[in-house]
Amino acid sequence: MRRILLYIIIITSGLIFLARLFYLQVLDDSFAGLSENNAIKVVYDYPQRGFIFDRNGELLVSNQPSYDVMVIPRNLKPFDTTEFCKILGLTEEQLVGRLDKAKIYSPRLPSVVIPQLTKSEYAYLQEKMRKYEGFYIQKRSLRDYYTEHGSNILGYIAEVNQRTVNENPYYLSGDLIGKQGVEEYYEELLRGIKGVKYIQKDRFNRDIGPYKGGIYDTLPKKGKDLTITIDAELQKYGELLMENKRGGIVAIEPATGEILAMVTAPNYDPAKLVGRKRSKNFTELYYDTIAKPLYDRGLLAEYPPGSPFKTINALIALQEGVVDTRERFTCQMGYYYGRGRKMGCHAHPGPLSMIPGIANSCNAYFANVYRRIIEKYPTPQEGVNTWAEHLESFGLGDYLGYDLPTGRSGKIPTADYYNAIYEYPKYKWFAPATLSNAIGQGEVLMTPIQLANMTAAIANRGWFYTPHILKEIDGNPIKKEEYTQKKYTTIDPEHFEPVIEGMHQVYKSGTASALGIPGIEIAGKTGTAENFTKINGKRVQLTDHSIFIAFAPVDDPKIAMAVFVENGYWGGRYAGRIAGLLIEKYLKGEITRKDMEEWILTHSLEEEYAKPLSGEPFKINQ
Amino acid sequence: MSKTISQFDWLSILLYFLLVSIGWVNIYSASLDDTATSFFDLDQIYGKQLLWIILSVFLIVILLSLEAKFYERFASIIYVFSLFSIIGLFFFGKTINGATSWYAIGGFTIQPSEFAKVATALALAKFTSDIQTNIKNLGDQFKAFIIIALPALIILPQPDAGSAMVYAAFFFPLYREGLSGVYLLIGALGILVFVLTLMFNPFWVSGGAVIVLLLTYFLRKKKKPGAIAYLSILIVAVALSFSVNYIFENIFEQRHRDRFNIVLGKEVDNRGIGYNTNQSEIAIGSGSWFGKGWTQGTQTKGNFVPEQHTDYIFSTVGEEWGFIGSTVVVLLFILLMLRILHLAERQKSQFNRVYGYSVAGILFIHFFVNVGMVIGIFPTVGIPLPFFSYGGSGLWGFTILLFIFIKLDADRMSFW
Repeated sequence: MRRILLYIIIITSGLIFLARLFYLQVLDDSFAGLSENNAIKVVYDYPQRGFIFDRNGELLVSNQPSYDVMVIPRNLKPFDTTEFCKILGLTEEQLVGRLDKAKIYSPRLPSVVIPQLTKSEYAYLQEKMRKYEGFYIQKRSLRDYYTEHGSNILGYIAEVNQRTVNENPYYLSGDLIGKQGVEEYYEELLRGIKGVKYIQKDRFNRDIGPYKGGIYDTLPKKGKDLTITIDAELQKYGELLMENKRGGIVAIEPATGEILAMVTAPNYDPAKLVGRKRSKNFTELYYDTIAKPLYDRGLLAEYPPGSPFKTINALIALQEGVVDTRERFTCQMGYYYGRGRKMGCHAHPGPLSMIPGIANSCNAYFANVYRRIIEKYPTPQEGVNTWAEHLESFGLGDYLGYDLPTGRSGKIPTADYYNAIYEYPKYKWFAPATLSNAIGQGEVLMTPIQLANMTAAIANRGWFYTPHILKEIDGNPIKKEEYTQKKYTTIDPEHFEPVIEGMHQVYKSGTASALGIPGIEIAGKTGTAENFTKINGKRVQLTDHSIFIAFAPVDDPKIAMAVFVENGYWGGRYAGRIAGLLIEKYLKGEITRKDMEEWILTHSLEEEYAKPLSGEPFKINQ
Repeated sequence: MSKTISQFDWLSILLYFLLVSIGWVNIYSASLDDTATSFFDLDQIYGKQLLWIILSVFLIVILLSLEAKFYERFASIIYVFSLFSIIGLFFFGKTINGATSWYAIGGFTIQPSEFAKVATALALAKFTSDIQTNIKNLGDQFKAFIIIALPALIILPQPDAGSAMVYAAFFFPLYREGLSGVYLLIGALGILVFVLTLMFNPFWVSGGAVIVLLLTYFLRKKKKPGAIAYLSILIVAVALSFSVNYIFENIFEQRHRDRFNIVLGKEVDNRGIGYNTNQSEIAIGSGSWFGKGWTQGTQTKGNFVPEQHTDYIFSTVGEEWGFIGSTVVVLLFILLMLRILHLAERQKSQFNRVYGYSVAGILFIHFFVNVGMVIGIFPTVGIPLPFFSYGGSGLWGFTILLFIFIKLDADRMSFW
């Protein structure tokens, strides 16, 4: 024992040390990171964010410098606080509070005292800056908008949230990231790649030169400039027409699938979400839960499509061969089915074949046609599924796949759906149970962009490109297959002509005969959709939605669109007028139907929107 | 002479030069700055250290050339001279970092306590090897204790608790020569009670002691020792626990308390008192398997670890050479200490053996306390890592300590 004690102690301590070293150096990773943090300063070089242009090369979004007043508390020297506060419009208490906060954060590291000075504040302060030791001005880049429109399309940029920082190693707390619209969807193209410099620090946090001679440093890569498919003029005009209304418009160039305009109303000026007022404005927009200005109705609102849906039922009927263009159906102010049930219709000449059936939007005609489609098959399940498959080929009932970050799938009911609600096979169900599908009411739901795309597919006589918002990247046209490959519907091209003729007749002799634009042949379809809300848990019917689809010119379609105006009474009243004006604006560049423009601009639906909130009984459709 | 050369233990000498060289390489990295010109720049820390290293080669030649009998014969005189040199500090000493442990001569400073260890080792060896001395004898134990405690007590108030603590190393040669194991037991028990008291509180420790002693008393196989022995151990332990608690709370200064609390994990303060340890752990931890490479340590370059070229030099090894490098250094030290023990055991003369054990003990305490502190398992105590840390006195002190023994070992056969 006496001989070996020290041997044992020495060997034991050696083993303990090696174990401890193994733990510190190999097992425990936390120290590796810590080391990088406190010995190496990482300085990022943020590249200029890409610009955004409209389809005609008009600059919509660029960047502007912004100036933050920063402070390093440790370097502060006594200064004239009264004058400093006067320049920056602060009270002395505010200043003291912010300096204390900065000091608590870190005496050695910079903190923001006043974010985002205006240019004039900056110019004035810059001259005085040398008097305020410890303060300095840091330049940042903000978005600069050359348009007051299209905020829903453009999106905005904001500081990344903590979740993104945790999930995506590219972003650091305080970095800016695109939110909503093009800024979000094409964030990676627009932002470029930031450069990084590693600087070796000593324990006083002083720079002592580039780390390892700068071998790990990288240069920033500039963001890409994007040209979007939007026509800024059309967008602006669409937003003007939608003032004092709620709803959405989506206009598509059928030949390319490019989205020409995408209006949501109400809207806001994109410049509101830039600068010092950003957070206040955002809060206001965010908490407006009634008008929902941040809610992009063009992409997110799922409405029953109403009568425009008849066009597609007509196409399916022709494709399925259950009706020809000559056969007539009678209408006794509606369609009677089941045990004395009736689907109402309005006064129009009769009996009608397909083309006048579309032009006059006869419910009875389409009830008959729809039943034939479903009843062509041995079971209603097969019938409904076949019908739904045709609809799906138009991009309905599912996400379209466009390049914007939000969307809804809409809804096309299938046999499974009806089986579930009617508890099949316990109870059976038949075509009449789904009859409201004939006229685009009931279970069918579509977003404006889906409806616009459907219209584009009709205009193209059977195919479409997935709608998209991006046209060019740094001047080079996009090549993504999704947006450059035609998608064919299940309807043969020849069946489109009678339906398009019917839509053309809507303007000539039908429900939109008063809305024609001189010199432009338009095909359109009105829609009037019943809708309901809940007031105190009770289902209450509201004034009908005004819906319209149209494309023009009929023979060589340049524009196809869908217009939804919430609670706009009936299709021709609001949506039809707006569609006509937009088509004229886009094709002619000027408005000749001044009467129609005047009417739209002077009519507001705000009173209508106030009705269900008033708490008093109200009448609809008046 | 040629005969003696072949009898020098070349393995120890090789280990010595390896450690000194590796040490200098790390001092170079730790003290490198932009004004560096050449290795021999005497304005730079590493330049000075290189000079000390070269001079110690001459020192070694002198040490090995002296007659082996000289050390034994002059042990007492060297000891007394050494005592005077540390007493003189109270009158002529220069204060660096709060400790009055240096003489300033010209541009250099000398720390006599680094040499006092050698003197004490010689004196203790001489005393125990005296034919009259029997270390099992209480009176001789007391005399040996005086020899050891005298320099320690003089150094303690300078203040240099670290250097004073090293004198605990002399327990090892005494135990080897027959000092009762009870001292060992009491010492180990004392340390155990001390640490447990700081971690918990004296009531818990006392309760624990009662349970443990009762269990061992009733489960023991032999009848000895009796109940009285157990009872006295219990009383001592409880008394110690409460007095430790009292001393810790009332006599220790806050900075001492903090040092213990940080190692025991009871306190986390990475900016204040725990800064050194934390930064040192960060530097070592960031080394990973293979380290960042010589002069590439970011913590070392940024001077985050205070006193890195002296007491914290091992953190540079950890950061720049990684786990592999640290392991090599730890193994070199262990190899050297085991080699010295091995040599000590083969000595025919008791003087040589006691001296050899003293050398191994001193090296071990330095190694254990220093590396333990740097890797965060021992409280902050400022003593250098032998052969490694910057400092001429330290290097020379350890060189003398080691090479006297190598000389003694080479000469071991000439007793006959």
